[in-house]
Amino acid sequence: MALCFRAFTGAVAGETLTNGHRMSAWHGLTMVLAVLMAFVTSAAAVTPDESLPDLKLELRARAISHDLRCVVCQNQSIDDSNAPLAHDLRVLLRERLTAGDTDQQVIDYIVARYGNFVLLNPPLHMNTLFLWFGPALLLLIAAFGFGRYLRLQSIAPKSEIPASLTPSEQARLDALLNERSST
Amino acid sequence: MVPEVGYFALLLALLISFAQAVVPFAMMRRRDSSVAAFVDQAALSQFLFVVVAFACLTYAFVTSDFSVEVVAANSHTTKPLLYKISGVWGNHEGSMILWVLILTLFGAAVAVFGRNLPDTLRINTLAVHGLVGFGFLAFIVLTSNPFARLAQAPDDGNGLNPILQDPGLAIHPPFLYLGYVGFSMAFSFAVAALIDGKVDACWARWVRPWVLAAWCFLTVGITLGSAWAYYTLGWGGWWFWDPVENASFMPWLSGTALLHSALVVERRNALTSWTILLAILTFSLSLIGTFLVRSGVLTSVHSFAQDPARGVFILGLILFATGGALTLYAIRVPNLKYGSPFAAVSRESGLMLNNVLLSAATGTVFLGTFYPLIIDMIGDDKISVGPPFYNKTFVPIMVPLVLAMVIGPMLKWKRDNLHSALARLKYPAGLSVLVGLVVLILTFGRGVFAAAFMAIAVWLVVGSVAVLAHRMRFGAVPFTTSLRLAGTTPRAFYGLVIAHAGMGITVAGITGMTAWATEKIDMMRPGQSLQLSGYDLRFRSVGNVPGPNYEAERANFDVSRNGHNVAQLSSERRFYPVRQQQTTAAGIRTNLLTNLYVVLGDPDGKGSWAVRFYYHPFMPWVWMGALLMALGGFVSLSDRRLRIGAAQRSYRTPHPVAVPAE
Repeated sequence: MALCFRAFTGAVAGETLTNGHRMSAWHGLTMVLAVLMAFVTSAAAVTPDESLPDLKLELRARAISHDLRCVVCQNQSIDDSNAPLAHDLRVLLRERLTAGDTDQQVIDYIVARYGNFVLLNPPLHMNTLFLWFGPALLLLIAAFGFGRYLRLQSIAPKSEIPASLTPSEQARLDALLNERSST
Repeated sequence: MVPEVGYFALLLALLISFAQAVVPFAMMRRRDSSVAAFVDQAALSQFLFVVVAFACLTYAFVTSDFSVEVVAANSHTTKPLLYKISGVWGNHEGSMILWVLILTLFGAAVAVFGRNLPDTLRINTLAVHGLVGFGFLAFIVLTSNPFARLAQAPDDGNGLNPILQDPGLAIHPPFLYLGYVGFSMAFSFAVAALIDGKVDACWARWVRPWVLAAWCFLTVGITLGSAWAYYTLGWGGWWFWDPVENASFMPWLSGTALLHSALVVERRNALTSWTILLAILTFSLSLIGTFLVRSGVLTSVHSFAQDPARGVFILGLILFATGGALTLYAIRVPNLKYGSPFAAVSRESGLMLNNVLLSAATGTVFLGTFYPLIIDMIGDDKISVGPPFYNKTFVPIMVPLVLAMVIGPMLKWKRDNLHSALARLKYPAGLSVLVGLVVLILTFGRGVFAAAFMAIAVWLVVGSVAVLAHRMRFGAVPFTTSLRLAGTTPRAFYGLVIAHAGMGITVAGITGMTAWATEKIDMMRPGQSLQLSGYDLRFRSVGNVPGPNYEAERANFDVSRNGHNVAQLSSERRFYPVRQQQTTAAGIRTNLLTNLYVVLGDPDGKGSWAVRFYYHPFMPWVWMGALLMALGGFVSLSDRRLRIGAAQRSYRTPHPVAVPAE
C-alpha cells in the first residue's frame, strides 16, 4: 500500500532508476501493477531479461510456470528454479504466449514435448480420477463411519447386558458361595 | 578393533531383543514375577549394548577411521568435528543405528519409569517393543551393517554432502527419530492392549505421555527441517510437498489424531477401536516415512529401491508389523466395547470429528505422495503431484478442522448445545471477522483468501484464549477468583491453549507468506542498488573467502529503509573441492515479523552478479507457531496427572524370608 503510493509519487516526481532511465508516469504505473502482481504470484527465479514487456502476458506466464515442474530438480517449479532447463522452459512458454496461444494451448504444447510429468497440477484423466476424487471420497467414508458410530454407540450398551448367567458361571457362583458359607 | 566391538555389541543386542520378544509370549500362561524382571533387564541391557555400538561408530567417525566403509564413504579429515559427529547419522547405516539407539532408549525408559504400570501391560508392551527392535536390528545386521570394513582403507574419505554440513540438519534427524520411535512405543502399547483384550481409560492414561512426547519431538523435527530448507536451499521456499517432507508429515497428522483420540478414551472410555487403529496407522506411517525415503522409492519416480535387498526387507517389516497388528485388531475388535454414549453435539463428537478430518487429511497426503508411484508401476504414464494438488485438496479439509479446533474445547462432555458453545465464542468470532475486513480493505478488496485465512488465524488464537477465559470465569466473577481458578487449572489445559494458539500463528504466517511475499532479481555490480517493498539493497562488495573445507565467494550487502540502515547481510557461493559441489548460503535478516533474504547468484563474467532479494512477511511466524505447538505439548507433558498413576496389584510377591532349618 505504502509501496504503491511511493511508486506512483516516484513516477510523478520523475525519480531516476538505478540504470539511469528517468521514471515516467507510465513506468510508475508499471511498478504499481508489478506490486499488485506480487499479490497474485510469489517468489520466482525469473531473470529480468526473460520477463516479457507486455505485463498481462507476463502475469499469465508466471501463473502457468507455477504449475510446471522443473524435471531435473528435486522438487521445484520452473518459476522457482534457476536450473538451465527451467530457464529454457520459461523462455519457451513465453515464446508461445507471445505467439498468441491460450494458456491451455501453451500447457498442451509443453506436455506434448515433456510428458505429463512436467505438470505439478496433475491432469484430470481416467487414471487420475481416484487421485482427484479420493480425498473427498475418504472424507465421505470417514464421515459415514462417524455417523454410524454415533448411532450405534447409543444403542449398543443395552444389548450387551446379558440376560442371565451361563451354566458354568452359575456353577462357579454356587461354588464360591458354598466356600464362603463354609469358612 | 573398535568397530568389531561395535559389531559384536549389535549382535548381542539382536539376540537380547529376540529373547525379549519371545520369552514373555512363551511364558504367557505363567504369571511369574520373574518374567517382568526379565523383560525389564532385557530392555535395559539391549539399550546398553546399542549405546556401545553407537559409541564405537562415533569413535570411528571422529578418528576418521577410513577402514570402515561407511566412514570412508561419508567423511573426510578436513571436515569440522561437529559434522564428523553428525555425519554418523548423515548416512543410511548410521541413521539406522541412531534409530535403534532411540528405540532401545524408550524401551529402557518404560522399564525404569513404568514401574507403576500393571505388570501384564508392561510385559506385553516390552515384548512387542522387543519384536520391533528385533526387526530393526536384523535389518541392520543383515543389510545395512555400519561396521563393514574395507580391505584397502583409502587415505581419505569422500566427504559429507555439503548440504548436510549444517547445524540445523545435524539435529533434525534425532528429533524426527524421537518422534517416530515414540509412536512405535504407542504401537507397542496398542498391540499389548489388543493381546490383553483390554483397552480402557487406564491404558489411555499410560499411553498418552508417550504419544504426547513423540508428537512434540516430531513437531520440532519437522519445523527444523522446514527452517533448514529455507536458509540452505537458497530460494526461500519452506515447504514443497516433497515426498520426503510428506513422509514425516503423515505420521504427524495421524499422530495428532491419535493424541486427541486417546484423550477421549482416557476421559470417557469411548473411541477405543479408533484409537488403536490410529496407533497402528501412525507407526506404519512412520515406518514408511523413515524407510521408503531411504530405499530410493520416493526420491525418484523412475527407480525402485537403490538396494533391492533393503527395499524388500523394509516392505517385509512394514507388512509384518502392520499386517500382524491389524489381524490382531480384527480378532479382538468384538472385545472392544463401546464406552459411555455421547450426544451428536459434545466434546467427544468434536474430538471424533477431529479424527475424521485428520484421517482424511492424512489419506490425502498419502494419495498425493504415492499416486505417481502407483501410476508408474501399473501404466506407462508418469505423472507428478505438486503443491497445486495439495492446495486444492488438503486445504479444504483443514479449514473445517481449524474452525472446529476452537469450538471443540468449548463443548461439554457427553452432551452440549452448539448454540450456547458458539455464544461463548462471540468475542473471538467478532474479532476475527473484524481482522478479516481490515485485511480486505488494506488490499483494496483483492486479497479475499488472505482476509479469510487471517480471520481464521485470529479465530484460532483468540478462541484458544477464550477457552481459558471461560474456564477462569473471566468477567463473571471477581478478578481474584479468576486468578485463583487459573492457578488451579491443570497444566494440560494451558498446553491446549498454547498449542492451539500456536496453530493460529502458523496459519497467519502461511497466509502472509503466500499472499504478500515479493522478490526481485537483477544483475548487479558492486555499488549498485535495487529497491523492493520499501527496502533498498545496496551491493557493497564481493570477494573470495576461504572456509574449513570449502572456498567461498562472499558478497556484502547493505539494506536500508527510508534512508536508515536496517541490516548488513552477506551471501556466499561455496565450492567444496572434495565432493565437487557448490552450495549457496543466503543472507537473512529477521526481526521475528518479516524476513529479508538475499542470495548471490552466478556471475556473468563481466563484473556483474545475479542477485536475488526477497521480502518475506510473516515468515518467522510459521516456525514460531509450530514451536509454540510443541511447547504446548511439552507443557501438557509436565502435567502431574500424567505421571501419577493408580496403584495396581503387582504380580511380584514379596521375597520369602529364608528361615534356617531347625
